[in-house]
Amino acid sequence: MKDLFAVVMLSGIYSLLTASFFVAMDAVDVAFTEASVGAGIFTLLMLTTITMTGRYERAARHKPTLALAVVLATGGLLIYGTLDMPYFGDPQAAAHLHVAPRYIHDSMQEIGVPNIVTSVLASYRAFDTLGEVVVIFTAGIGVLALLSVARRPEDDAEINSVNDSMHEQHLILRIVTKILIPFILLFALYVQFHGDFGPGGGFQAGMIFTAAIILYAMLFGLSTARRVISQPLIRLLTAIGVLIFGGVGVVSLLNGGNFLDYNVLSDDPVAGQHLGILLI
Amino acid sequence: MILGLYNYWIVIVLMMIGFYIMIAHGNLIKKIIGLNIFQTSVFIFYITIGKVDGGTAPILADGITRYSNPLPHVLILTAIVVGIATTALALALAVRIKEVYGSVEESEIQEKDNQKC
Amino acid sequence: MLAHLPILQVIVPLLAAPFCLILRRALLVWLFALIVSGSAFLISITLLQQVLASGTISYDLGGWSPPWGIEYRIDKLSAYLLLIISAISTVVLLAARISIQKEIPADRHTLFYILYLLSLAGMLGIIATGDIFNVFVFLEISSLSAYSLIALGKDRRALWASYQYLIMGTIGATFILISIGLMYQMTGTLNMEDLSRRLPEVAQTRTLFAAFAFFIVGVCLKLAMFPLHLWLPNAYSYAPSIVTAFLAATATKVAIYLLIRFTFSVFGISFSFTALPLQTIFLLLGLLGIFVASTAAIYQENVKHLFAYSSIAQIGYMIVGYSIGTTTGLMATLLHLFNHALMKSALFLALGAVIYRIGSAQLSAFQGLGRQMPFTMAAIVVGGLSLIGVPLTVGFVSKWYLILATIENGWWPVAVLILLGSLLAIVYVWRIVETAYFKEPAASIGQVKEAPLAFLVPVWVLVAANIYFGIDTRLSIQVAQAASQSLFGVAP
Repeated sequence: MKDLFAVVMLSGIYSLLTASFFVAMDAVDVAFTEASVGAGIFTLLMLTTITMTGRYERAARHKPTLALAVVLATGGLLIYGTLDMPYFGDPQAAAHLHVAPRYIHDSMQEIGVPNIVTSVLASYRAFDTLGEVVVIFTAGIGVLALLSVARRPEDDAEINSVNDSMHEQHLILRIVTKILIPFILLFALYVQFHGDFGPGGGFQAGMIFTAAIILYAMLFGLSTARRVISQPLIRLLTAIGVLIFGGVGVVSLLNGGNFLDYNVLSDDPVAGQHLGILLI
Repeated sequence: MILGLYNYWIVIVLMMIGFYIMIAHGNLIKKIIGLNIFQTSVFIFYITIGKVDGGTAPILADGITRYSNPLPHVLILTAIVVGIATTALALALAVRIKEVYGSVEESEIQEKDNQKC
Repeated sequence: MLAHLPILQVIVPLLAAPFCLILRRALLVWLFALIVSGSAFLISITLLQQVLASGTISYDLGGWSPPWGIEYRIDKLSAYLLLIISAISTVVLLAARISIQKEIPADRHTLFYILYLLSLAGMLGIIATGDIFNVFVFLEISSLSAYSLIALGKDRRALWASYQYLIMGTIGATFILISIGLMYQMTGTLNMEDLSRRLPEVAQTRTLFAAFAFFIVGVCLKLAMFPLHLWLPNAYSYAPSIVTAFLAATATKVAIYLLIRFTFSVFGISFSFTALPLQTIFLLLGLLGIFVASTAAIYQENVKHLFAYSSIAQIGYMIVGYSIGTTTGLMATLLHLFNHALMKSALFLALGAVIYRIGSAQLSAFQGLGRQMPFTMAAIVVGGLSLIGVPLTVGFVSKWYLILATIENGWWPVAVLILLGSLLAIVYVWRIVETAYFKEPAASIGQVKEAPLAFLVPVWVLVAANIYFGIDTRLSIQVAQAASQSLFGVAP
């Protein structure tokens, strides 16, 4: 398929299917994230990119034999690897017997949050989550370093004119979006505060927020979006977001415990949320 | 025996599709999409590991005794985020490459570099 | 506070990075980054002392005991690497302020330091952690920041190089992720210590075999081991000089660490060296890497390219040492790790000084530089000698042990081949020396001044270290020996 637009749309659908598959696999939290990240953010980012880089792929002239051989070898190896795997859904598989039972049985007493995924994420393996926050931060800084400064004023004007013409054409879309965005934001808040009990939590909420903002930026032009949310403010928020999370750890460290040894969860969704905003 | 493993095999097929797009296609954007498919299929693989027959979502509730394994879910939450971060950076690079080279086709970029040298 | 050192080691640069955003002024940020990196260095020294004195340190994050929580585990090997990386990072940062003034637009300086610190934190995190999934997370932190650092290069090819690196690196990381998933599936744990206990039970399964193969391929991509090295020369050449000096000295070392850590401590020696004909494959690839890359280095017109290829060749030496599979061999690899970090950072920094003055790294631009920038060029010469492995430099020590290890094993041909590889190194180093000292400067260049002190000091600190550790080998050898012995001793 040479039309990248169609490809992006298909991959968005693929993400949604994956998300529903996750639900079937009992991974509601993951499904939530996949739906907002994969189908939402990813597609939006892709669309923004192809408006800048052109929509059609050049006719391919690559030599697929080598690639095909590599792929087949890898796939073959994996299939070979599956032969000794425990069967799908087998409750006796090693993975379910060793570490996980402690999470399932004891997390209610130890953490006090019914959603096991949340408690593992935020407490048992909090350091991974800190790492993940930092990854986002890194990518954000990287994107900033690559894109934000390089643009000359003429380019901006050009983009604006492109945007303007696009906006004329998509009046209906604009109105629909305008109506939708408040709901998206509300929903994000709901997810954020409900995270302890149902699936969801800070990060997903941040992602939904971001999706709304990117959507806004796409349809109303980057300049308008920049006016609504000032960049320095975002930077500050991000830095504070990461610092809060780390700060919790440091504070507990000063109090004599080990790093990230905390029993209060409230701080960490906030960090995730600030970071989600960064992605614009 | 075959039935017990079918899920993994589907995942592997998906994985390989993504992997193929990644290494065989010349268009930078397509490569990124391939990357995304590749990673997502790895995520599915992890979640598959976590599934327990007859289990429910790992949110504690009265009267339910069997839950799916929550640990892979946690790992994948992290990995999804890492994946999207990588994608964002790759896309930013692609945009910059388009700006300076005027193209996102691998072959054209290579040509332009060779001329310059 | 001493008990918290393992976590502080990683968390200090990690949290310092966002803090830089608040500081904003580039000079302040530089000072701050320098202090942070310096303190990471101090912490790593203390850690090494602690480990040498009292053995492995384990630290439970969040107070959850492993395997439920994430554990930080510092043994001799990791303390040794922490020291190398934080030391190099600190010295390189000294020169960073002046070097990036000419290579990176002023408004991105703050971002540069942030990425630098993140990259540092990522690498330290990989080394310190005792949890395989945590390894993946930190691997991504360090690689994402490395991609962006490379893309900051002035040349537009930097972008393309960075993109290629990103694709290759992500494939590598995803392979590692698959491998982690397979291991988890078979054992139900993510903690390295716990894994090493539980893996032998499933050692005969095909799944574990696949996990192992995926891990090896993934790490080798990151490592730029010979057939998978294609991303490296461009990435190193078009990145800003500081970035090259930093990454060349550290990034591949971390990958080597991962290789050693997983094969020795997680999979266990007996599995690693029998599941695949790993020794033979690595030995062949290592030797091939030495020869192909050294030969390629000889034909490069760009000095940065030249040293990048030489890096691949040096990785070849480390792989050969590793493949020997004896204590001495591993020790040679560890020594070479340390030594190569010293020489490559010195060389690339000195190159950075040259680029700062003449704005080019083409070999033709080096004509007559021997007289115009005597100190910088002298540094390059010493570094080059070290690359060749001339006595009294660090390069000699590690090659000595490498050859010793091969002879111990009775692999005479390999020893001869290693010596031959060094001859190739003489050829490419000589090309630089010849141009710089025996050719008249091109008239068009005009007068070139010696590099500023901000460059010379760090360069010569590294060069001095090159010579010092070449003569007084007690410290590095003692640590490397202890580390490799404990790796062989601990594993079943």
